[in-house]
Parts: sequence; C-alpha cells; structure tokens
Amino acid sequence: MKIKVNGREHEVDATPDMPLLWVLRDLLGMTGTKYGCGIAQCGACTIHLNGAPTRSCSIPAAAAAGAEITTIEGINGPVAEAVRTAWIDQDVVQCGYCQSGQIMSAVALLRENAAPTDAEIDGAMRGNLCRCGTYQRIRGAIHAAAGQLDSSSEAS
Amino acid sequence: MSTAVSLSRRRLLQTGGALLIGFVAGPLHRHARAQDAAATVAVDPNAFLRIDADGLVSVLLSHCEMGQGIWTALPMLIAEELECDWSAIRVAHAPVAPAYNHTGWGIQGTGGSSSVLSEFDRYRRVGAMARQLLLQAAAAHFGVAESTCRAKSGRVHAGSRSIGFGELAAAAAKLPAPTEVTLKPRSAWRLLGQPTARLDSPEKTDGTALFGIDAQVEGLSVALLARPPSFGATLKRVDDSAAKAVSGVHSVHRIGEAVAVVAAHFWAARQGRDALLLEWDESAGSELTSTELWQRYRELAGSAGATVVSEGDADAALSEPEGLLQADYEVPYLAHAAMEPLNCTVRIDDSGCDVWTGTQFQTLDQAAVAKLTGLPVAKVRIHTLFLGGGFGRRANPASDFIAQAVQVAQVAKRPVKLIWTREDDMRGGYYRPMFLHRLRARLDDVGQPAAFSDVIVGQSILRGTAFAAMVRDGIDHSSVEGVSDSPYLAAIPKRHVSMHSPELGVPVLWWRSVGHTHTAFAMECFIDEMAAKAGQDPLLYRRELLGQAKAERMLGVLDRVASEFGWDRALPEGRGKGLAVHHSFGSYVAQAAEVSVRGRRVQVHRVHCAIDCGIYINPLTIEAQVQSAIAFGLSAALHQALELREGRVAQSNFHDFPCLRMDEMPQVHVHLVDSGQPPGGVGEPATPTIAPAVANAVFHATGKRLRSLPLRA
Repeated sequence: MKIKVNGREHEVDATPDMPLLWVLRDLLGMTGTKYGCGIAQCGACTIHLNGAPTRSCSIPAAAAAGAEITTIEGINGPVAEAVRTAWIDQDVVQCGYCQSGQIMSAVALLRENAAPTDAEIDGAMRGNLCRCGTYQRIRGAIHAAAGQLDSSSEAS
Repeated sequence: MSTAVSLSRRRLLQTGGALLIGFVAGPLHRHARAQDAAATVAVDPNAFLRIDADGLVSVLLSHCEMGQGIWTALPMLIAEELECDWSAIRVAHAPVAPAYNHTGWGIQGTGGSSSVLSEFDRYRRVGAMARQLLLQAAAAHFGVAESTCRAKSGRVHAGSRSIGFGELAAAAAKLPAPTEVTLKPRSAWRLLGQPTARLDSPEKTDGTALFGIDAQVEGLSVALLARPPSFGATLKRVDDSAAKAVSGVHSVHRIGEAVAVVAAHFWAARQGRDALLLEWDESAGSELTSTELWQRYRELAGSAGATVVSEGDADAALSEPEGLLQADYEVPYLAHAAMEPLNCTVRIDDSGCDVWTGTQFQTLDQAAVAKLTGLPVAKVRIHTLFLGGGFGRRANPASDFIAQAVQVAQVAKRPVKLIWTREDDMRGGYYRPMFLHRLRARLDDVGQPAAFSDVIVGQSILRGTAFAAMVRDGIDHSSVEGVSDSPYLAAIPKRHVSMHSPELGVPVLWWRSVGHTHTAFAMECFIDEMAAKAGQDPLLYRRELLGQAKAERMLGVLDRVASEFGWDRALPEGRGKGLAVHHSFGSYVAQAAEVSVRGRRVQVHRVHCAIDCGIYINPLTIEAQVQSAIAFGLSAALHQALELREGRVAQSNFHDFPCLRMDEMPQVHVHLVDSGQPPGGVGEPATPTIAPAVANAVFHATGKRLRSLPLRA
C-alpha cells in the first residue's frame, strides 16, 4: 500500500484495516503521533488528513491511502510556526504526551478561523484530552498565535 | 545567611578535557535517541554535572520528568550557584545508581512532591563546587588571586579579562575537590525564584521528545498481554491457534495467569490477542462489587477502628444523638489514566538487561528485574525516558508493568515492547482506593466544635509492599494523612480518629496527593457543615478555628485567597462560592471556587488558589502545577469513578471514565504566598482542595450537601 506522509510517499506493508496511527508509529517509525485511547476519545493521535484534523487511531490505512497526511513531524508554514512559538512562549507543555495532538488541532483551528473566541477554542479543542490540565495555557497560546499571525499579516 | 556544607565525600573525575562533578558518562544530547542510550558507556555512579570544552553544561536528573517541571527546576538549582550561561544547559535523566537516590528515601525515585525538597541542597552544592573549581582554575590561568575572580554567565572575569567555563574545564578538572562550599543566601539569588521557561518545550512541541512508548531497539517486537478479566481470576484453558494464525504474530506465551501475544507491531499483537480463546475461573472476584463493598464499609464505620488520634473522651461527648452532626463522605476507586498508557521495552542479551520506560521508581524496578532475570543488579540498566504522566501509577513497589515486560522478553527470547491498551491500563488495577469517612461532631453553644470523630475505612496502600514497615501499629499513615495531622484538631478539645483497612483483592496505589484526595474532601466539607450548623460564614468559621489552632500558614493562604477571590463581594445570579484550605506535602493551599448548577451538572467558572510552598524555585512551574492539580482534581470531583461488578471493572476508556476537557476548565488564578519557610511540594498539594471547594460552593448555590464523588447535584 502507498501512503503519503509529510509530502513523501512510502510503500508500507499494512493490512487495509490497520489504523493509520500504527502505520505511522510502527511501520514508518514516526513516533511524534501518540497512542492514547484507540477509540477517538482523547485526540493524542491527531494528524491532518487533507488538511482536516483527524484521529489517526480510528482511520484505517486503506482510507488514508492517496490522501495528504501531515503529522507533527511535518507540519510547517506560518500558522504552525506561530502555534509552536506561542506554545513555547506560554510555557504550555507539562508531560507533553498529548501536545502533538493539541498542536495539530490548534493549527487546524487557526487555519480555519484566524481569531477564535474562547468558546470557539473550547469547541475545536475539546476532543483533545490533557491529563496535566494545560488547557488554560493552551487557550492563551492559541490567542497569542492568532495575535501574532494577525500582526505579521498586517506588517506584510 | 550563607551555608557551609561538607563535600568530603565528593570527588572529581577527569576525562577528555571536561570538568565533571563526579561522573563519567557519554556525551549528552538534547535529542539523544533511546537506541543511542543502548550503546551504554561506563557510568561512574556519582554524576550530576559535566562541563565540556565547548562550554555546554550537562545536568543529570536524579528524578524523572513527568510534567512537573524538574527538567527545569533542578538545573536552575545548579545554575544559580554555577553562574553558567542558562542557554548552555543540557538535561538528561540519570541512569539508575545509588548516587541518585532520593536524599530522603534511600532509593532512586520520584514522588510525594519531593524532588525539589530532595535536591535543594545537593544540586546547589554541585553547582557551587564546580564554580569554585572554575574560579581556582581561572586565577591560576590569569596569575591573579582567586578573590579577584568573578563567575558570571558562563565566564570567569578577572579585571578586564575573562575566560569561558569551557576553556577552564580541563584545568579545573585537575584540581583537588573542595571539601566545603558556601551557598548563596536567598537574597543573592538571581535565577531561583524567577519565572523561568521550561527547557523541555522545544522537543515537546515538534514530536521529537521520546517517551517510554517511543523507545526503538533493533529487532523490536510489540507485545500485548491478555490479563485476567476480573481481580483474582485464573486461567483455565487457552486456545491460541487463531491468534497464532494472525499475520504478523510471532509467538504466544502463557505467563502465569496471563497470555502474551508477541508480534511485529501493535496492530498484529492486538488482532492476535483478540483472536485468543480464553476460559477463566472468576470465582475469586465474585465478592468484589462496589455497591456491596460500600455496604460493608458502612458497617465497618459503625465501630471505631485502629486508633490514630485520641484526645479527651470524644466518644462520650458524641454518644447523645440529639444535636449531633453526622455525615458519611465517600470516594470511589480511581484509575490514574495518564495520557501515555503503561508500557515498557526490554532487551536481554549477554551484556545484561536493558529497560526503557517512564518510571518513578528506578531502584525498585532494577531490583525486580534482577530478581526475575537472575542478573546482578549492576547488569540491569534502566533508561528513563519522559513520562507521559505519572500521577503515582508509575511508582509501583511491585514494578508490575516492568516485571511483565521482562517476563515476556524472557520467554519470547527477543527484545519486546509491552504496550498496555487504554482498556488494559484502566482495568489493570493499582487504583486510588475507595474510602469512606464517618464524621461526627458536637458544637458548643457558640458553634465551635467541642468534640469530633472520624472513622476512616479504606484499603491500605503500603501493606504488603516494600514499604510495609512504614505501617506502624496497624496505621498506614497514607490512609489518614490530612485528618490525623489536620491543623483544625488542635482547636477541638475532644477528638478521635480511627481507621479500618479491609483487605480486598483489588490492587491499590498512591494517586496524585494520595490520602489527601479523600481526607481533604471529608474534612473541608465537614468543617463547612459545622459552619452552616453554627450559622456562620465559612471563611470566618475557618479563621476562628485556625486562629485558635495557631495555624499561621493555613491562615496566610486562607486570607490571601479570600481577598483575591473577593469573598465578600456579591456573586452573579445563580452562582455559589466555596472554600477549602489544606496542608499537604509541606505546603499550604487554600482555594475558592465559583460554580453554578444546571440539572445535575456542576460547572466551575473560576478558581482562586493561594499556595505557600515555602522557598520556591520557579513561579511559572508553580502556576502550571496548580492549574494542573486543579484540573486533575476536578476530573475526579466532577466525573470519575471506577465501579466493580463481581471483580470486573465496569469502565474501560475515556468515554466512561471521563477526564476534564477544555470547555470545562475554569479560569484558575494562582497566588504565591512567600513564607520563606523550607521548600514544600508543588505537584500535588493543590489537588486535594478543589473537590471540597466545589462541593461547598454547590451547597452555597443550592443548599444541597453533596457527600460523595463524583459530585451529582
């Protein structure tokens, strides 16, 4: 099966029902995407499938073949950079395990909505669990990233 | 005031032009991969700090990073004394060795909110010792008196000349170790106490941080274990033919009362395990049903248990039912449910046994592996990777998740990564035990408690473990901490606290803030009940009692939180406010919560928290840990319960064991109270107070007293 991750095609020996998460982690050795629940309840495995935030634990490899898959290792561009910078500036992470998924969800949100309200952030991010409870700083970091993107677009 | 400390047992080692404070190790890299760690170098078990010729300062952590921020706080302790350039710091987990033992525990481990407490002196001494050597080396280099040299930002300055630490490292390493160093007084600190950004943010935001589950080893297989479906179940029959036929499955092994499926990857192992036909004898767990256990606990609470506190004749004062205040408070079993499910990677070869995992208990794990493999302890190497949350689950005296992985690797005869699915993690035991508190009080004619008693019922965490010796006269302090040492007791003339520790076949363990998770809930809600019965304001009532008890630090945080929250101000329509104040892990915490209730659902809008953790290191981390502790405590307060049905755990994953989500996170405002007292804990102490603060706020909003968790209005 051919699978395209972060712009690169890979030939993988996956059964059609193998969740994309395990294709990424166990066949391609890309461990930035995390396993948390296996039933799309926690968001730790969030990747972008054709740009849309998707729980890779619950999408079979066959459904991902032919799609543009982006993982935490490959996400880039101004929004991703702004999010990562804000995450570091706001000292968001604690144990860090859920943060790949949080960042993937946050980037997808900001690409759709340049200035989300608290309620919109809550709505977009409520699928991403964090047992360390970094939610308050995530909220702050998304606002900060939005602000930074807004000021840089004004400057350009 | 300066502190002179003896360093007579310290020594210096010289290698390749680097200054080492007592260690020889391979180069440390920020992004050292797990497989690199396998190429093990000889480690002198005495290593905390290394300064290389290029000026990089490597710090080895004797404790593990599980989110609590010691990856930053411990290097800060060294950097303050060393006067290095903060950006030159590199951090890695230490290997397992006696040199890294917790200074108070005698084993290497992380827990009890005690890492800073353990390392406050040791890491500063290491930094001071290195600085002193660098100053000596610089003085010799410039041909000046040492007293004219100053260390600053990674360089030693002598008049108008200066030289980098890296350039001095080789010469400094040849000097005899100082036997004594002088530590800076707090007033001279420039880094400690300042908000300092985490050092592990970059790798935790680009996917390169390595957790236990990310360990990669040549020729690695993935294993899943089919564990007993109920506590105490035994395996009657195994049919593994379908499992073995699954593509990618390497082998299937019975290990005690479990069956391991070893495969090329997780998905094959999962499918193989699903294909197992297993027959179990579940009779052992038939008595383990939550509703029946509660019944049993309530019966036990009807009589006093082992005496913990006894002052005056409380029983006589509490015997007359007229006017007596009595309430049962109940909390259920809880899973830790760290985001990273349990896992462990093991390789056994001629050189010994290598273990890659996130653990809080390296020394005990190493001993457990040595016992299982028959290897000498020195040949068991524990490689600690980042923990995707610990909360106590990865500090298991039985080393369960490590021992199981070793057993699988032994029979599979290949390197194995044992992964627990979320369902395995939730149903595999080692829970915060369910607890019941039967509280009674009689108030005097001004509403103050004249007599108080608490009968506490719940399983002992320590009994039957390596820590069993800490159970004295039948009292496991971790079952009663928070009541037995409650500052309120001093203000109550007659008081009695006792405990029952029923023995059940459900493995239990410490869960972020341990006994305080239930004692603070019981105590702080019951104090609120007393205030209500006395017709007094909950703040003034607490203030009066704590004043009588001379509990100054409790009062300090209580008053601070009351003023920051605006206790006297009117709330929006439909809102309620609640308070709680508690002492745990050497720190004092008060919280005030504002809530509303819709249907049975409790919503928490804002929380103010004042914390007095004594001398503090990184306020940015303290704020984060308080928010974290409150989120963790709110998950339990609002949502979580594990329920037993004939030995089986009813819940299995995040859909039926919900955790707090983003839209439920209140605004948390953190206020540091600087008492200047010795450092207390930070990771746990803000957990216990949130459930009672919220329950008390629900009472204020609705008049309804909620006495069991999770709260259902």
